[in-house]
Amino acid sequence: MADNPTTPTPAAEMVNATINGIKVQVPKGTNLIEAGQRVGVFVPHYCYHKKLAISGNCRMCLVEVGGPMRGPDGKPVLNPDGTTKVTMAPRLSIGCNTQVTEGMVVVTNSPAVQQAQNSVMEFFLINHPLDCPICDQAGECKLQEYSVEFGKDASRFREEKVHKPKQVDLGLRVMLDDERCILCSRCIRFMRDVAKDDCLGFTNRGSHTTLTCWPGKKLAGNYSLNTVDLCPVGALTDKDFRFKMRVWFLKETKSICTSCATGCNIVIWSRENVVYRQTPRENDAVNECWMCDAGRHNYKHINAASRLKKAFVSGKETSYADALKQLAPKLKAALADRTSVAFVGSARATNEELYLFSMLAKGSVSDCVPRTWDGDSFLVNADRNPNSAGAKIFNVAAAPMGSKFAAIADGIKAGKIKTLVVHQEDVTRRGIGADLLAKLSLLLVVDFRPTETTKAAHFVLPGVTYAEKRGTFTNAKGRVQRVWPAVSLGGEERSDWEIFRDLLRETGQPDRFADIVALFADMAANVKPFAGLSLEKIGDGGVQLG
Amino acid sequence: MRIERKPLTIWERLYLPAIISGMMLTFSHLFRKKVTLRYPEQKPEIPPGYRGQPVLVKDEDGRVKCVACQLCEFVCPPRAIRIKPMAYPDNAKYKKVEKTPDEFEIDMIRCIFCGYCEEVCPEQAIFLRGPYSVTGLSRKDMMFNKEKLLELGGTMPDPIKKWQKK
Repeated sequence: MADNPTTPTPAAEMVNATINGIKVQVPKGTNLIEAGQRVGVFVPHYCYHKKLAISGNCRMCLVEVGGPMRGPDGKPVLNPDGTTKVTMAPRLSIGCNTQVTEGMVVVTNSPAVQQAQNSVMEFFLINHPLDCPICDQAGECKLQEYSVEFGKDASRFREEKVHKPKQVDLGLRVMLDDERCILCSRCIRFMRDVAKDDCLGFTNRGSHTTLTCWPGKKLAGNYSLNTVDLCPVGALTDKDFRFKMRVWFLKETKSICTSCATGCNIVIWSRENVVYRQTPRENDAVNECWMCDAGRHNYKHINAASRLKKAFVSGKETSYADALKQLAPKLKAALADRTSVAFVGSARATNEELYLFSMLAKGSVSDCVPRTWDGDSFLVNADRNPNSAGAKIFNVAAAPMGSKFAAIADGIKAGKIKTLVVHQEDVTRRGIGADLLAKLSLLLVVDFRPTETTKAAHFVLPGVTYAEKRGTFTNAKGRVQRVWPAVSLGGEERSDWEIFRDLLRETGQPDRFADIVALFADMAANVKPFAGLSLEKIGDGGVQLG
Repeated sequence: MRIERKPLTIWERLYLPAIISGMMLTFSHLFRKKVTLRYPEQKPEIPPGYRGQPVLVKDEDGRVKCVACQLCEFVCPPRAIRIKPMAYPDNAKYKKVEKTPDEFEIDMIRCIFCGYCEEVCPEQAIFLRGPYSVTGLSRKDMMFNKEKLLELGGTMPDPIKKWQKK
């Protein structure tokens, strides 16, 4: 093939193997669990995790391994029909720590393997308590799943189970039940190797081995809850989610964490329009399999009782349509003199919202609220706005962000700025106090929660949170990622982009956007960084802007 | 097929003998034991094992046996059950059971008395028992809450005492 210039040179050396009779070609160094996954052969495992160091202690991934037989001369022995003779190793090997070699033959469903899996399951269940009715892991528990698939139906164990500490408070957010622990050490390896906070370890021996914190340490870092995701059983549980809801009732919606500019991919777990938890979703380009605890627990505002579910005109509750009708002539009149209007956008808004907002704010002064705190070297970005990049692309934010607030405040004080449009921000905390807001002849706020600014507003239109709308966010690295609606409060509130579309239509601009797909297509046609993109192309994993 | 109708005999055509024998049978019932009840003042005797409405039970120590695992809520075909779980507070007597229902509601308008909840319960905490008369004047009356279900259920001795061994 060397004479064919179009043949691509493989990046890594490839090796051939046969798994359960299926031929597979994988890069050298791939282990048997990963190789099996490529051809749809599932090897059960507890301690192995693709993002963690290999430990090989659970013994669940035992498989039969063989290879080409070699004669005394070192050459492969051939069968009478000319094929290579294969010999199987006399003992089973663990799939996680065995790498594929050339000509390897792997069997994962032989009677020997099935018996080994069965015995391993029996060992695991000897001391495991029958806590399933009160265990939060029930429904997503690997021990339950493998017990059905690879275990026995009855226990032969008649002795007293070993009792270990239960309800151990490991730290701020994690609760440990040592009896449920199967000693896979995933949590220990995560805290040591990924979170770089070596705080967990095993003490004692044999059946009495116990997971615990190092003396004087707590499982308290900002990444501690990833150990709860990693735990294949119910030993580590999230105190926030503990006993709240059974996982089988929860609906999973793909989304993006909006707590900082990293834009970790997440899953929102909700039931009947109530969000119960958020967990990371794998995306190797952004957050691998992890997310920080702060982002994970940042969902309480979605179902807060104080949410705005109605429009308000001068503090009085009214319908959205009525508020829009009253607002339209006033806003249209105000926009006649663009210099008398100021806009405060939000770097927490989606790209689509910022695009429409920039159309509204064209010719007027506009800015966004910067949020910069300490970041870390792992996932937390110093910029706590999820879409600062978008705010800059659409010129909604000033350069640098937040530098025009003083000018807006001065303009209101001097009486030059008479109208202020605010999106999702509390400007009273940014130097535009209630006394200045009182001087305005028109203050329009689009927000989902009451703030000091909404209190002073002449018009409040009820928007929604990231968990209730479709749209895209641009993260700090310029990756565009989508969100999907997980819940709906069922009030008068609507997606912020729909509100801005209505405002544009009411102020005399052509009504072009029937839905978010049309809006995105328009944005892709008019804004250069988004050229050629569509919601479909962005998909689940996001797309890096050029 | 045609069936020939037999003509009436003289005795039958006399009419009165048939009327009198019929009347005698009717009046003889006046002197037999009554089979009806003056319901609702009088209540029938419910045999043991009768499958009436679902109720919650306590063990002989007075512990609510339900641990809010929500399996009955999951299995209930008409979705009549609604449970809000909670953790036992730190100073609670049964803290080691860890979980207990905060709210447990059965919508008795929806309940179809199928008994799946009893069958699925891993704690033997919900049973279809004696109470059969489920009435109310409003939809709200028909939402049976935890207190009402426990009152209807009473005590069911627990021979295993799983949680005491924890």
